[in-house]
Amino acid sequence: MHGNGKPKTMSTNDHTASGAHYLNTDRGLWAWLTTHDHKRIGILYAIAVAIFFLLGGIFAMLVRTELAAPGETIMDQDQFNQTFTLHGVVMVFLVLIPAIPGILGNFVLPLQIGAKDVAFPRLNLASWYIFLVGAVMALCGWLIVGQVDTGWTFYTPYSSDSSNAVLWLTSAVFIAGFASIFTGLNFIVTVHKMRAPGMTWNRLPLFVWAIYATAIVQVLATPVIGITMILLFLERLLQIGIFDPALGGDPVLFQHFFWFYSHPAVYIMILPAMGIISELMGTFSRQQVSGYTFIALSSVAIAFLGFLVWGHHMFVSGQSAISSIIFSMLTFLIGIPTGIKVFNWVATMYKGSVWLQTPMLYALMFLFLFTIGGLTGIMVGVLAVDVHLHDTYFIVAHFHYVMMGGALIALIGGLHYWWPKITGRMYSERAGRIAALLVFVGFNLTFFTQFILGSRGMPRRYHDYAELLERFPEFAGLHLASTIGSFILAAGLFMILIYGLHSLVAGKPAPKNPWGAVTLEWTHATTPPGPHNFHRMPLVTRGPYDFHLADEVFGPHGGNGAAEELSTR
Amino acid sequence: MDDQSSIWLPEAASTFAEDVDGLFYFILAVSVVLFVAVIGAMCWFTYRYRRQSDADRPVPFKESKWVEASWIVVPTVLVAIVFTWGFRVYVKMGVAPPNAYEITVRAAKWSWLFEYPNGVRSNVLHVPVSRPVRLKMSSSDVIHSFFVPAFRVKMDVLPNRYTYAWFEATRQDTFQVLCTEYCGQQHSMMLSRVVVQSEDNFQAWLRESVMDESMPPAERGEIIFAQQGCPTCHSVDGSAGAGPTLQGLAGSERAFTDGTTAIADENYLRDAIIDPVAQVVQGFQPVMPGQYGATLTTEDIDALIAFIQEQ
Repeated sequence: MHGNGKPKTMSTNDHTASGAHYLNTDRGLWAWLTTHDHKRIGILYAIAVAIFFLLGGIFAMLVRTELAAPGETIMDQDQFNQTFTLHGVVMVFLVLIPAIPGILGNFVLPLQIGAKDVAFPRLNLASWYIFLVGAVMALCGWLIVGQVDTGWTFYTPYSSDSSNAVLWLTSAVFIAGFASIFTGLNFIVTVHKMRAPGMTWNRLPLFVWAIYATAIVQVLATPVIGITMILLFLERLLQIGIFDPALGGDPVLFQHFFWFYSHPAVYIMILPAMGIISELMGTFSRQQVSGYTFIALSSVAIAFLGFLVWGHHMFVSGQSAISSIIFSMLTFLIGIPTGIKVFNWVATMYKGSVWLQTPMLYALMFLFLFTIGGLTGIMVGVLAVDVHLHDTYFIVAHFHYVMMGGALIALIGGLHYWWPKITGRMYSERAGRIAALLVFVGFNLTFFTQFILGSRGMPRRYHDYAELLERFPEFAGLHLASTIGSFILAAGLFMILIYGLHSLVAGKPAPKNPWGAVTLEWTHATTPPGPHNFHRMPLVTRGPYDFHLADEVFGPHGGNGAAEELSTR
Repeated sequence: MDDQSSIWLPEAASTFAEDVDGLFYFILAVSVVLFVAVIGAMCWFTYRYRRQSDADRPVPFKESKWVEASWIVVPTVLVAIVFTWGFRVYVKMGVAPPNAYEITVRAAKWSWLFEYPNGVRSNVLHVPVSRPVRLKMSSSDVIHSFFVPAFRVKMDVLPNRYTYAWFEATRQDTFQVLCTEYCGQQHSMMLSRVVVQSEDNFQAWLRESVMDESMPPAERGEIIFAQQGCPTCHSVDGSAGAGPTLQGLAGSERAFTDGTTAIADENYLRDAIIDPVAQVVQGFQPVMPGQYGATLTTEDIDALIAFIQEQ
């Protein structure tokens, strides 16, 4: 269904004679900081997000270390509350939301559709600076206005009682939100207007579909967090009662506003991850991605349905029973397309040729972890069960399985997949596999124990559980196991950082198409790509996963074009 | 630990706990089956269709419409079942029987206060066994959440309206009460207990707990001190807490964060209860709630001061 097969009409050789590529032209810091090249902006995002991920990870390790044993371990209650707040704010707003669109969306999307760049390159660079301003504001707020201890959800009236630091931090989130809106706008226009000849909508790689659906959510949902922030300001400055009951406001209204943005934001985080998984499953199974049309359109469907389920965060908030019932039903509606995506990814391997390289290990890890995250999502979507599980560690475990086990694992898989394209170097496959194992074991030990903690009654955001041990003696062992797991997980992530950096200086030069992929960034661009991506405008004659038609990669008789490149490694 | 507890869920001690647990285990069982099917297929395909040669070029196959349809129909049926089941139990959990015994719950940073129809106040929840109890809950500051894991009951407690929860305890024992909506510094200390008693013992406790007006002020003060949850932050034995200890407090010289000092006489103690953040003792945060001037009577405050003076 994707393409009608004229394999030999495609241009086959885009190697540049000069060897000039986007990394070795226009050298120097100033050239990088003023670049309009989507590939360089993607790398700028990668550097920024990597730093914030390191910070957020350190906060997470501090939280887990404090909880390793009952009683005060390394910090007092105030420090603990500030640390988990910082962990949440940094990971959600500075890592998960910008990561995949900012890094891989920027780098890969124009290449995959055969474009020279995004539609608005200057806006693209501006969005990175706006993101940095928001991020620096968020991280330096404690120097200027003091620490925030409200949790990343900023629930009123607790947040209205505390200092101006909350307004500062929400302003930072608001500013970073504009970066998200601009990126989304850019991608929507780019996908509509800049596709190469022959790149019809049903030949778009599924990563492009996913980023496109994400962009719709970014543009439509992000303004709501801005509106919420403005209302918080108006309440504080003009003493209008909006959220603060002391002024006649309604604190639950804040929760509605907050989740009206923050639930769609969950899809900003997970939809692009699903796009990466589609690419990995196709390439490493060398088979057409099962249910292409469904996966593509379900991304868009999920993007729209994602706006209608915010109330499932509020089943015990005091909202009306009717609201809770409707939100529960809508939540299941969104669960079904998500489940079908998982079935289709597994089915992609059927009668394929499965190659267990590091990126594929992360794709399979995603399927394992995301399935657990999804099934426990059904568990907490069921009204009566959620009453017991709400605001316990079960919820913490559930969203870490989706956000980290889903979004971040997919990002890591995607970075491994496109690493040769981005850097022109290969990383150590052996180190990649060891790190993947550490991440898998560490992650499950950290978070599976939290499912049990939560369903047995352990509330989240507790600095101490010593008083609970009399009735719940098992909490001590489970918390300790979770902390041990988090250290294993951190070791795995550090290992990735180290062999990634090592490959930059000592990695083998990457062949043009090391995985035998058939999307444009591998078939029609050099590795690394030239400053303007393609020598000639690509002419697209087949679907993104038509391996059987990709004779310029594999040779006309199921030949060994890729095999030659592979054997050079 | 009771033998009713399992790996997954804590002991169950309310009438609808069984309904919730049955549903939990049903979803868990279906989830395990689906998970094993998905991951089993994934592992089998990984092995069965592993790459034999770099030149492998599998031929696309026609996707079966029936298989695709089953992926839509089976999950839809399953979620329809769990939604309906969850909805029915939720309605049961949301509607208290009309004959329920009503207890007023007041949440504040960081204590629970339970008030009975005869005026008795307690910071431990006493309830009769095998009788529906309805809680009418409100908060005097931020949002809290009332959670008893053994009863599978949870409900947010709001500052601007009443929320309700109900349960019927099935056996006599003591259970944990937790706050599950993050409420600041001492959130993890905002704990209490439910004591489930026989009807006779419960009634006896109610009668004994009526505060005696002829009680000496310091004794009344001690009861109010406990009822208001003050011990969460203020110790009477000199140990450290979120607030200063009461030991040796009365008559001592206090040094404040603004650099001033004062002697802790009766007027200071009164001001410190009514407007606690006006002067904050060095080494502490301005975190004490300010509602006591409104919620306590003059007699209550006198009694509290008398109690503090004895420490």
